[in-house]
Amino acid sequence: MRRVVVTGHGAISALGRTAAENRASMREGRCGIGPLEFQDVERLAIQIGGQVGGYRPEDHFGRQELTLYDRFTQFALLAAREAVAESGLVVDEALSERAGVVLGTAGGGLQTQDENYRQVYEEGKNRVHPFVVPRLMNNAAASHVSMTHSLRGPCYTVATACASSNHAMGQALNLIRAGQADVVLTGGSESMLCFGGIKAWEGLRVMSRDGCRPFCATRNGMVQGEGAAVFVFEERERAMARGAPILAEVAGFAMTSDASDIVMPSQEGAERAMRGALRDAGLNPGDVGYINAHGTGTTANDRTECAAVRQVFGAHADRLMISSTKSMHGHLIGGTGAVELIACLMALDEGVIAPTIGWRERDPDCDLDVVPNEARQVRPRAVMTNAFAFGGLNAVLTLRAPD
Amino acid sequence: MADSIENRMIAILAEQAVMQPSEIRADATLSDLGIDSLGLVEAVFAIEEAFDIQVPFNANEPDKSEFDISTVASMVRAVEHLVSAQK
Repeated sequence: MRRVVVTGHGAISALGRTAAENRASMREGRCGIGPLEFQDVERLAIQIGGQVGGYRPEDHFGRQELTLYDRFTQFALLAAREAVAESGLVVDEALSERAGVVLGTAGGGLQTQDENYRQVYEEGKNRVHPFVVPRLMNNAAASHVSMTHSLRGPCYTVATACASSNHAMGQALNLIRAGQADVVLTGGSESMLCFGGIKAWEGLRVMSRDGCRPFCATRNGMVQGEGAAVFVFEERERAMARGAPILAEVAGFAMTSDASDIVMPSQEGAERAMRGALRDAGLNPGDVGYINAHGTGTTANDRTECAAVRQVFGAHADRLMISSTKSMHGHLIGGTGAVELIACLMALDEGVIAPTIGWRERDPDCDLDVVPNEARQVRPRAVMTNAFAFGGLNAVLTLRAPD
Repeated sequence: MADSIENRMIAILAEQAVMQPSEIRADATLSDLGIDSLGLVEAVFAIEEAFDIQVPFNANEPDKSEFDISTVASMVRAVEHLVSAQK
């Protein structure tokens, strides 16, 4: 079977404007969550989030571009630009047709929707900008990445709520394995931090007003973040032949559906996804040294996830490390798995395990090594990253250090 | 007024439980009524809309909330308190 490696990565989130900055923040256990700043925030009960602070679109894009780029598209383009530069990819005519884009997002151009609904409903305007539709559509980011880098093969968007990015990266892996593409830019992007975006989540009453503390006995909910991460997935022989930097091998992927409840997670569905991702990679549970958890900081997710890890890993569950970097960057919803993959790459290539920050008190239902508050110097041979979405959709990837 | 709040609360819970208001006992728990966590979140929303109040309820820590959900009677008392405090 064709093998797939990561030859470049880029990221932007509350933890930094580049992958290197995101890694540095994760290494230091820095919290990117703070007071939200946008119109009407004072009407929200939840006023914290992981916003990309001090971001000025005009520093990165021209006026003509910005009329077409929602914030989620801008984030995707910035991350893709960085990833392509690192990989040294030269897209010639032949590669162009063999290269594609698969990105995850849940909200798509939600900022564009929110602004324009405000104008027509609240301000009573009867005209909208002509590009509202091409800005807000969920595939806008994938299409602009395709156009910018001339990637003319398979290009699409995956929307499976909080698992969107992991599903997208799994699709990218399988496109290359199946021979439908040789290179795929993949990951995800999200920008839901606007009045409507947070107001909708408030309704579910699962958001925390004071912070994201996954696996901690004092946890009281999730906190949203925004941003993007994009990776160059490349067929291994091709990457080796051109002398590309090889950050990791994407070893396995599995996806399952709980088919039980629209919001409550199922332990059984999570277990099947984790087992499947091990099997697909040819890994034994004992090979995995680190799991980047879904770890949302809700009562239900964290308890269920830890129980599922115990079932899948048995006695090895007490030897592996599991952390939730959402404690630092917040929950990027459809972009979250992508930013979390940065922590997985850092574990494999730097030997640094990102911590779960804000952790105060042991929860007997989450009695695993959650790497509380401080990064750890350990270099695992293989890692796993979990995403368990509303709708009961689970997507798990496994990665290995390059051999 | 207290009676009116109680009756309106019972109507809200009965609708969520798909029962007749007369079947809702004051000492019934949410589990007796077959109302799960999602149903509770919906009921809290209906209560906020009906009485125009903010109910301090986080689904992650239902026991720590000031809104006592242990029985129908406790929820009625909590709403009576919230209505008088927030009006």
